[in-house]
Amino acid sequence: MKSLDDLKKIRDAAQKKVTMRGKNDGTRILVGMATCGISAGARPVMNRFVEEIAKRDLNTVTVTPVGCIGECAIEPIVEVLQGEERTTYCKVTEEAVERIINEHIIGGKVVTDYVIGKYRL
Amino acid sequence: MIERAHVLICSGSNCISRGSKSLRQEFEDNLSRLGIRDEIKLVNTGCVGLCEQGPFVIVYPEGVFYAQVKMKDIKTICDEHLYKGRIVEKLVFDEALTETKEVRAFDEIKFYAKQTRVALRNCGLINPDDIEEYIARDGYRGLGKVLIDMTPISVIEEMIKSGLRGRGGGGFSTGLKWKFAYNNKSDQKYVICNADEGDPGAFMDRALLEGDPHSILEGLMIAGYAIGADKGYIYVRIEYPTAIEKLKVAIKQAKEYGLLGNNIFGTGFNFDIEIRLGAGAFVCGEETALIASIEGARGMSRNKPPFPAERGLWGKPTIINNVETLANIPAVIFQGADWFSRIGTEKSKGTKVFSLGGNIKNAGLVEVPMGTTLREVIYEIGGGIPKNKMLKAVQTGGPSGGAIPESNLDLPIEYETLIAAGSMMGSGGMVVIDEDNCMVDICRFYLEFTVEESCGKCTPCREGTKKMLEMLQIISSGEGTLEHLDKLEQLARMVKSSSLCGLGQAAPNPILSMLDNFRDEFEAHVVDKKCPGGVCKPLIKLLVTDDCIGCTKCAQNCPVNCISGSIKQLHTIDTSACIKCGICKNICPVDAIVSI
Repeated sequence: MKSLDDLKKIRDAAQKKVTMRGKNDGTRILVGMATCGISAGARPVMNRFVEEIAKRDLNTVTVTPVGCIGECAIEPIVEVLQGEERTTYCKVTEEAVERIINEHIIGGKVVTDYVIGKYRL
Repeated sequence: MIERAHVLICSGSNCISRGSKSLRQEFEDNLSRLGIRDEIKLVNTGCVGLCEQGPFVIVYPEGVFYAQVKMKDIKTICDEHLYKGRIVEKLVFDEALTETKEVRAFDEIKFYAKQTRVALRNCGLINPDDIEEYIARDGYRGLGKVLIDMTPISVIEEMIKSGLRGRGGGGFSTGLKWKFAYNNKSDQKYVICNADEGDPGAFMDRALLEGDPHSILEGLMIAGYAIGADKGYIYVRIEYPTAIEKLKVAIKQAKEYGLLGNNIFGTGFNFDIEIRLGAGAFVCGEETALIASIEGARGMSRNKPPFPAERGLWGKPTIINNVETLANIPAVIFQGADWFSRIGTEKSKGTKVFSLGGNIKNAGLVEVPMGTTLREVIYEIGGGIPKNKMLKAVQTGGPSGGAIPESNLDLPIEYETLIAAGSMMGSGGMVVIDEDNCMVDICRFYLEFTVEESCGKCTPCREGTKKMLEMLQIISSGEGTLEHLDKLEQLARMVKSSSLCGLGQAAPNPILSMLDNFRDEFEAHVVDKKCPGGVCKPLIKLLVTDDCIGCTKCAQNCPVNCISGSIKQLHTIDTSACIKCGICKNICPVDAIVSI
């Protein structure tokens, strides 16, 4: 350890290790992970979210597996919670993950191609 | 692979004794079976605090708080929560569930919501074996700040300004203590961490050493820089094996990262830390006895002055700070004296950690701002007394402190108010005493301890504590008279005023405070020959009340077969044969057996 800058570098790198513990007020991504979700391919989808978020250093975004919300036919279902705002995506693929991250989480624009309303019409 | 969830397993000594050590392997096995081992990070943390409900497993990012986790529960948590995302409600700590069965995050639980964590800021949150997790939580930035931006005297001024006082019991200003050592010129000075936690029932320091060892190292180094010492000792008792192991790992890692050793932060400041093991003698918590023990001599105290700040270890200026004091220091420096002095009251700044124990629902480790009332700690954080019993008193300060009666429960916790109430802050033991306890018996317990731990150097302590214990034994056997009470009080005052060190000077405190606050209970023993708490065996009788449902449990378990009665009939105890062991009383499902 030669300077405060060295310490700061270690600190910034290490913060990824602990930011998850504590209050999480940022964006939450909920991935439906009941039996229906898993069989429809929710696991690689969730893993892809975790990887992409880590790659982009999105420290305030967390990924949580949740149970079945009922519409098993259109799994994998992913919900994005930002404050009071809830967006529900369905039939999410690994390609869709990248778009949701880039266009919605970072860009702030909902990816209408995958929102649930599209399948209800 | 980046982990999507962190599973924190409490590995403080209290949880280890409840079996948390094998939980990690069980997690490993189950996560591997499900093929999700890479996605989940397992972290063994220090004490989480709510020891009564351990072992704990906390799952982030949700912050779900699982309590009293057993081996068989791990499979459920892995299958349901970690694999499928369904929180296992039946395993969640019941106070963490709202009325509508929603799961509250861990820091919203009542036990934690009322606390302010300064010393315990990392305890239970980080992996104590990973220096990077400490650094991530702003660790060693306080050290960097003092070495690069501050002169030693400005560090001392900052400490004085913060108002931090010794957490080991004395309550002396930490900054002033440092200033004395700073002003004494010498070629060599030392700093010592007093980790010889000896009060029965106290485990604050152990939890800090186990859960956040780097904060102690950092505090010690800041102290060393301030007074001009390049060598630190941590004096820890061999009864704390986990703490010793964590300290060793922490020292090794700090050396690897160049945070301990020569030329730290390129400033030319050198520092070395050595661990010294004590054999677990209470007197070695006293500064001069501790120094004698480190020097290899027998742990006995000596006259003060000269104070250690003038002539301490190997005759050189030395300061000794308690573990909790040291854990506060990096936070005080990094966040500033102004921040710290805003917490607490006018004369007692910051927070205090207490080991809450005795007759209390949520026994464990709590940290509250100074000025919090005893009632808040016991009823709001501690959850009150089990079985809705009446609270009789709160004992603080361990064998050196006294008991505060129920009527004084709204007292704010401060050094001065506790002394004025006949007790003391002490190192942080807080024992809750309910109506089923006997004050004479509790005095006897503490005196047995001090008789055993007296080093024997000075007569008042060596002989006085023994005589006081004998008198207490006479009183609890029912053979005492009012004269015994007067003699006991007289002797207690004599020992208090004439003993050499803190051990003897404080040993009579439990007696003096309880005679002051509970004299009627002592008088009941000598005049009425009754023990109101129903504890002192020669003075009690066990009786079955009309509440008896005739389950025969007591009769089956009585070791001397003195209980008679048939099924669904009222039972009776033959008091002439009864040995008053109390087994029947404890086993009765409807509390129908009373001692009077």
